[in-house]
Amino acid sequence: MEKTWNNKAWFLVLPVLLLVGFSAVIPLMTVVNYSVQDTFGNNVFFWSGLTWFEQVLHSRRFHEALLRNLAFSFTILAIQIPLGIFIALNMPRKGIGVPICLVLMALPLLIPWNVVGTIWQVFGRVDIGLLGRTLAAMGINYNYATDPVAAWVTVIVMDVWHWTSLVVLLCYAGLVSIPDAYYQAAKIDGASRWSVFRYIQLPKMHRVLLIAVLLRFMDSFMIYTEPFVVTGGGPGSTTTFLSIDLVKMAIGQFDLGPAAAMSIIYFLIILLLSWVFYTVMTNYDSGR
Amino acid sequence: MTNSTQPGILKGEAMMRTQPAAAAPKRAPFDEALARKMRRRGQKSRYSWLVPTLYIIFLMLPIYWLVNMSFKTNQEILGSFTLFPSNPTLRNYMVIFTDYSWYSGYINSIIYVVMNTVISVAVALPAAYAFSRYRFLGDKHLFFWLLTNRMAPPAVFALPFLQLYSAFGLVDTHIAVALAHCLFNVPLAVWILEGFMSGVPKEIDETAYIDGYSFPRFFVKIFMPLISSGIGVAAFFCFMFSWVELLIARTLTTTAAKPIASTMTRTVSASGLDWGVLAAAGVLTIIPGALVIYFVRNYIAKGFALGRV
Repeated sequence: MEKTWNNKAWFLVLPVLLLVGFSAVIPLMTVVNYSVQDTFGNNVFFWSGLTWFEQVLHSRRFHEALLRNLAFSFTILAIQIPLGIFIALNMPRKGIGVPICLVLMALPLLIPWNVVGTIWQVFGRVDIGLLGRTLAAMGINYNYATDPVAAWVTVIVMDVWHWTSLVVLLCYAGLVSIPDAYYQAAKIDGASRWSVFRYIQLPKMHRVLLIAVLLRFMDSFMIYTEPFVVTGGGPGSTTTFLSIDLVKMAIGQFDLGPAAAMSIIYFLIILLLSWVFYTVMTNYDSGR
Repeated sequence: MTNSTQPGILKGEAMMRTQPAAAAPKRAPFDEALARKMRRRGQKSRYSWLVPTLYIIFLMLPIYWLVNMSFKTNQEILGSFTLFPSNPTLRNYMVIFTDYSWYSGYINSIIYVVMNTVISVAVALPAAYAFSRYRFLGDKHLFFWLLTNRMAPPAVFALPFLQLYSAFGLVDTHIAVALAHCLFNVPLAVWILEGFMSGVPKEIDETAYIDGYSFPRFFVKIFMPLISSGIGVAAFFCFMFSWVELLIARTLTTTAAKPIASTMTRTVSASGLDWGVLAAAGVLTIIPGALVIYFVRNYIAKGFALGRV
C-alpha cells in the first residue's frame, strides 16, 4: 500500500510511546545504572566502570548458562520444525476435522506457563504420574529430580508438547494458501510426492517457516517459568538457562551489579535477534 | 515467488492466467476429479489421519492426567494408580471456591488481565492506524523498538519493575501488573492490528473524508467495524499473554493482587501435599483459553506470528 508522508501521525503513536516508554525505558535505565556501579550497602553507590561486564563475560557460570540455553534452543528447533511440518502436511484440509484439529492443537499454547510446568511435574513423577509410572513399569530408571539426563529429556519433551503446535499452525496457514492449480500442474508433470513437497509446498511455506524458527528461537532463549517449575534449574545447575540464572542472581542473591551487566548482555543478544526478525518481516511485508 | 527452473509450476501459473475468470466457477468435472485425486495421491496417503490423531493424543495425555487427578482424593492419588477416579469427588474444586486465598487469586488475575487488555488495545488502535497508513519521521525505528520490547526477556525487567513501582507506591496493586504487562502486550497489539488494518483498502478512508467525516468519527463509526475481527484477535492475544505470564506478576505482588498462578507455586513449594487441589486449580486456569479458542481458531497462527501470516 502506498503510504503518505505525514508527521502528524506522531500524535496517534504518542500514547503507545509514553506507555511503553514508561514500562521499558525507565527500567532499562535502572539496569544500566546498576551495571556500572558498585555498592557496600546502605544505598551508597560508586562508579565501577565496566568491571561487572568483564566479570560476567569471563565467568564460567555465564558461559555455561549461555551454552546450555543455546543447546536447548537448537535441540527444540531440530525437533519442533520438522515435526511441525510433518504434522501440518498430514492435517485435513476440509470437513469437520479442521476445526477439531485446530482447537485441540492450539490448547497447549493457551495454558499458563507455570501450569504447563505443573502438568509435566505431576505427569513425570514416578509415584503419582502417568509417564513416570509407565516408564518405571517398563524398567526404565527415570527421575527428573536427580538425573540430569532425565531432567533434560523432560524439559525438552515439555517444550515440544507446549510449542510444536505453533509451528503446525503456521505451516498449515502457509499450506492452505496454495491454489489447486499448482497441484494439477504437478500432476500433469507426473511429479512425485517428494517433488510436490520440495518444489511447491516448501517454497510456499518458506516465509511462515522463517517466522516460526525466529519466534521459537527467541521464546526458547528467554524460557523461564516451565523449567523452573519442573526442575528449579536442577539437578545441580544442569537445567539453569539464562533467565533462571539471571533471576537467581538478581532476586535470589541480590547481586545487582553482575545481574545488571548480565541483563544488558542478554538484552543485546535479544536485540540482535529482533533485528533479524524485523528484517525478515519487513521484507515479507514489502513483497506482500 | 516461484522458482523459474520448475517448468511444472510455471505451467500451473500459465494455466491459471489463460483461463478466463468467468470460466472458473464452471470448471470441468475432469479438473475437479483431478484435483481431488491429486490431493489424495500427491500429498497424502490413506493413513494421513493417523499423524494428527497421534499428535493430539500426545497433547491430551498430560491434560487428561491433570483432569483425572483433580477429581480424585489425595489418598487415591498417592495410594493407588488408577486411570479413572474410582469414586469421583468435587472436594478439590470446593476447596478452591470456598477458600478466599484460592479464589481471590482468580479474581486478581482476571482484574489485571482485563485492565491490561483494555489499555493495550485502546492505545494500540490509533498507533496501528498510523503505522498502516502513514510514513513519518522515525516510523521504522519506532516499529522496530516496539518489537524489541515484545521480545525482551521478562527476567531482565523483573527487578527494575519492582523498584520502579515501589517508587510510585504501586507494588501489590492490580494496575501495576497491568501496566507492566503492557511492555509486551502493547507491541503485540500494535503489530497484530497493523496486520489487519493493512488489509483494508485506503480508498475507504479517502471516501469517508470526502464525505465529510472527521477523523475520530470515521475511525469509530467506519474503520473499527471493518477491522472488528482484528480487534477481537488482538484483545484475545493480550488477554492470553497476560494470563499466562507469571514471572513479572509474581514479582510485583505480595498478597492483595496475587495472581492465581503465583498461589499455585506457593502451594507446591510449601507443602507439596494437596495434589488434588493443585490439579483442580490447574484445570481451572486452562478453562478461559479453552472457552474462547473456538472463536479465534482461524486467526491463531496470525496472532502468534504478530499479525504476519
